[in-house]
Amino acid sequence: MSAVRSAMAAPSFTTWVSVVLMLLLFIAGATSYTGFGSTQVVLNLLIDNAFLLVIAVGMSFVILSGGIDLSVGSVLALTTMVAAWLLQVARWPAELVIVVVLLGGAAFGALQGAVIHVFKLQAFIVTLAGMFLARGLCFLISVDSITIDAPLFVTLSQTQIPLPFGDAFLSPGAVIALAVLGLGLWVAHCTAFGRTVYALGGSETSALMMGLAVGRTKIAVYGLSGFCASLAGLLFAFYMLSGYGQHGQGVELDAIAAVVIGGTVLTGGYGYVAGALSGVLVLGLIQTLIAFDGTLSSWWTKIVIGALLFVFCAVQRLLSLKKPQA
Amino acid sequence: MSSPTLAMSSPPARAALWRHPLFRPLAALALLLAIAAVSVPGFLHLEIKDGRLYGNLVDILHRAAPLMLAALGMTLVIATRGIDVSVGAIVAISGTVACVLVAEHGLAIAFAAALGAALLCGLWNGLLVAGLGLQPIIATLILMVAGRGLAQLLTDGQIITVYEPASFFWLGAGYVFGLPVSFYVVALVAGLTALLMKRTALGLFIHTVGINPVAARLAGVRTAAIVFFVYVYCSLGSGLAGLLISSNIKSADANNAGMLLELDAILAVTLGGGQLNGGKFSLAGSLIGALIIQTLTSAIYALGVPPQVTMVVKAVVVFAVCISQSSIWSARRSA
Repeated sequence: MSAVRSAMAAPSFTTWVSVVLMLLLFIAGATSYTGFGSTQVVLNLLIDNAFLLVIAVGMSFVILSGGIDLSVGSVLALTTMVAAWLLQVARWPAELVIVVVLLGGAAFGALQGAVIHVFKLQAFIVTLAGMFLARGLCFLISVDSITIDAPLFVTLSQTQIPLPFGDAFLSPGAVIALAVLGLGLWVAHCTAFGRTVYALGGSETSALMMGLAVGRTKIAVYGLSGFCASLAGLLFAFYMLSGYGQHGQGVELDAIAAVVIGGTVLTGGYGYVAGALSGVLVLGLIQTLIAFDGTLSSWWTKIVIGALLFVFCAVQRLLSLKKPQA
Repeated sequence: MSSPTLAMSSPPARAALWRHPLFRPLAALALLLAIAAVSVPGFLHLEIKDGRLYGNLVDILHRAAPLMLAALGMTLVIATRGIDVSVGAIVAISGTVACVLVAEHGLAIAFAAALGAALLCGLWNGLLVAGLGLQPIIATLILMVAGRGLAQLLTDGQIITVYEPASFFWLGAGYVFGLPVSFYVVALVAGLTALLMKRTALGLFIHTVGINPVAARLAGVRTAAIVFFVYVYCSLGSGLAGLLISSNIKSADANNAGMLLELDAILAVTLGGGQLNGGKFSLAGSLIGALIIQTLTSAIYALGVPPQVTMVVKAVVVFAVCISQSSIWSARRSA
């Protein structure tokens, strides 16, 4: 009994819940549907959700710092649009386009962070305006979808990286996403910046009094999120081979849901960047299960994700209510 | 816009006018209308045809009605330091419920069920925020994500079109004394809300909760009950907005009805002078804010600019308004 209680009190409790949930969903799928239990189904989860994983890693940092970034879906769309325009209309070399859009995304995020910090505004409203701005800018470039046929992008979209075991492969996008996750873990847990992010989310006043670089960290966190969003936009462009202003509608909500389901507490300072992976995989598994089932319609995904969000938030809330008395 | 030194050096009477909370939103609306009138000939033109008033101004009032209803509720939610991002989903739910039921069960039952569904949504949000103590944005995010799914479940993913009864269309497209019915609906709701705020202690309590929830609770205000009330109220307003929309377009689109309405409602409240960190709100200001947004949209359509550009303009306006509201200005003034 006391073992159970101490396990529940551990900060990693909700993250472990999401890992268990992920395994349960997978076992449920593997026993109910033939072909679900193959390695490739698991790898496809990573391939199809690579962009979401990258965004969720960036979002983890923002939420750990006590903020929120609603602009990520629009920044993703803007990245696909700018990349497509530069490649197809301006005929820039693909490598240069990649560097430019990544820097642009980071700058967009950092600018939002600067507005939040300098004018002491709520992250919610500033990134909401950023969301409108990025989405609107997409349509200023073009209201139609632009198809990308740059050789580098086409090659990247078709490359399959074979794995040593089984008959399975990964896409370059999935490999990049896993690399971002690894980097994110290292930054969050092994660098001064990562510790400052946690301190900031725990209490901004305390962080300030400890002499931490609150402003610089805040701006960097949103810059990182913007960078991740534009990298996700590139992965999305590899995946779809087009730039379109309607790409990535509602991705910000999926990313927030993934981070919360992965065990990061929305008030900040508490959670794991690794949770982004289990959160994204849980969302992906739900979609795959519904697709495999065939009789359930796509809107069940929304209802189930909503229900999961509720359960995780309620559990987090109840655990945090218990803590002060313990 | 914010020029304290100018205001202070002005004569007292003018200073009072400058400082009136409704001055800035009204000035913005007037400026916008003036720009539209200059750049689009006949923008302000009104005429009476078949006993109805026609013109862009009536059109703006009519089209802004759902947003004004949502903004009234959002005003009270934001006044308690909250936020309700499920407004659009509730619009979809109530519109869908009404359209699914109206042909078979008649108008009264359809409307009652739609508002009942909105009431349930409000109770859910209120329970999560006031009862469970979840952060408002995440508590209402749950319904924002799941709500549209539920609405799609009711319609099986189809767009439901209503052909009869014709009385269903009266609410969203009818006219009384030459003005659209939607105008009277908004006037009625706004009037009732204003009465509730001014004639009862409720307005005062909402102010108190927004300024300092802890102090309010210690002073004996039933904070949880007030917070619960504002979410229920906001949902009911959104439900009514859903009825107006579905009655106007004669159909229910669970996937797109009221899309991003919550963001426009938040924007309307901000434009009307409401502080996002609570305590300061103005119902009239929010209504003017909603009119500003609709005027902007209508003017952009009339100018023939691609409607998507509205988003960029809205973003710039939000940045400008938020920065002008920033606490660092008042800090510098007192320093």
